Amino acid sequence: MYTQAMDTMSKTDAAELKKPVRSAEDLAREERFEARIDAGDFIEAKDWMPEHYRKTLVRQISQHAHSEVVGMLPEGNWITRAPTLKRKAILLAKVQDEAGHGLYLYAAAETLGVSRDQLYDALHTGKAKYSSIFNYPTLTWADVGVIGWLVDGAAIMNQVPLCRCSYAPYARAMVRVCREESFHQRQGFESLLVLMQQGTEAQRAMVQDAVNRWWWPSLMMFGPPDANSPNSEQSMRWGIKRISNDALRQKFVDATADQAKVLGVTLPDPDLKWNEERQSYDFGAIDWDEFWRVVNGDGPCNRERLAARVQAWEEGAWVREAALAHARRQALKEAA
Amino acid sequence: MSDTTKAEGGGRGATNAPTAAGEWPLWEVFVRSKAGLDHKHCGSLHAADAPMAIQMARDVYTRRQEGTSIWVVRSDQIVASDPAEKDAYFDPMADKVYRHPTFYVLPKSVDHM
Repeated sequence: MYTQAMDTMSKTDAAELKKPVRSAEDLAREERFEARIDAGDFIEAKDWMPEHYRKTLVRQISQHAHSEVVGMLPEGNWITRAPTLKRKAILLAKVQDEAGHGLYLYAAAETLGVSRDQLYDALHTGKAKYSSIFNYPTLTWADVGVIGWLVDGAAIMNQVPLCRCSYAPYARAMVRVCREESFHQRQGFESLLVLMQQGTEAQRAMVQDAVNRWWWPSLMMFGPPDANSPNSEQSMRWGIKRISNDALRQKFVDATADQAKVLGVTLPDPDLKWNEERQSYDFGAIDWDEFWRVVNGDGPCNRERLAARVQAWEEGAWVREAALAHARRQALKEAA
Repeated sequence: MSDTTKAEGGGRGATNAPTAAGEWPLWEVFVRSKAGLDHKHCGSLHAADAPMAIQMARDVYTRRQEGTSIWVVRSDQIVASDPAEKDAYFDPMADKVYRHPTFYVLPKSVDHM
């Protein structure tokens, strides 16, 4: 699951991050740092790094982690209602993977000097964002397949370049995530294929309906157009981001348009057309008002998702405390 | 393997003391992928105690038969070299070319020894 962190930071944060460095010593260190980046070096947790680089990464990695964790909710909705035991086992494995991805990413963010509880707190109080896509509801079983195909497909497009991120703990986490993500996309496509090829008329209509609802939000996962993504440039220079929003989005459209034909569904865009000259698909305008509405808290499920996270956290408090109390008592026993 | 061994662990007390905030302590996870290979650092996680850390490491890092053995160690128990002293520590070795077999030029007939 991708994070739209670059583009959704608050104006104050963005301004603060652009403050000039202070001392000559800092300047020299920053120059050495930039030289390492230019040389393609990886930066490790204990290496010196500019504050802006650190904060940008904390924001991006934690938002990415939040997205993985919140991303379990729309799919978890269908675990008890999966149509067969096989699909239930697959979905359970996938949701467990998302939890694991969240953990890899939180651990990577923690290497930058923030605690897990601080990160959770930022999510639970609404200070931190997560990917806009998870604020849409999963209305039918076909939504689970479409999330695998489109949402995880878009995530993979975004995440593969992040395996080469200049910050090594993030890059290592992404390698692990990407290795597991391919199963997510393939199981989604395969479950849709079964519905389209062996299903009833109503089941095929259900798949088409799910595609209609998820297509545009999936395109929004890549973030605003490059022209409106002012923080991207610095991130590209620092090797945190490797490919621009628009370039990734185009790559996704090109790959998906052909997959839709195999599946036998239409993508809900009358302007989607192969452009012989560009050797790419042209596609219609994205409703960015909707994107910003959802990012800023007013999507169909924002409140529900956040409430579910907060409830899980609060209701789990006694378990966390009991485990610590048990560990303390065991330690005392061993010492005695 | 020092991703998590930085000053961030500084607020943590001695072994088995939880963080002030009541957070579960941080553990580093090492997995042996198959017999005959070394345990390799693969990440970290929070757990209340050692048995829980092992259990969670299994769930988080070996969901697809990635390992046959797991080590966990409290992050605050790892002592790491200081990256600021990297040059002083490691660079002098670049001058010691005589530590490498390629430094010694031998006649062709015996060069594969």
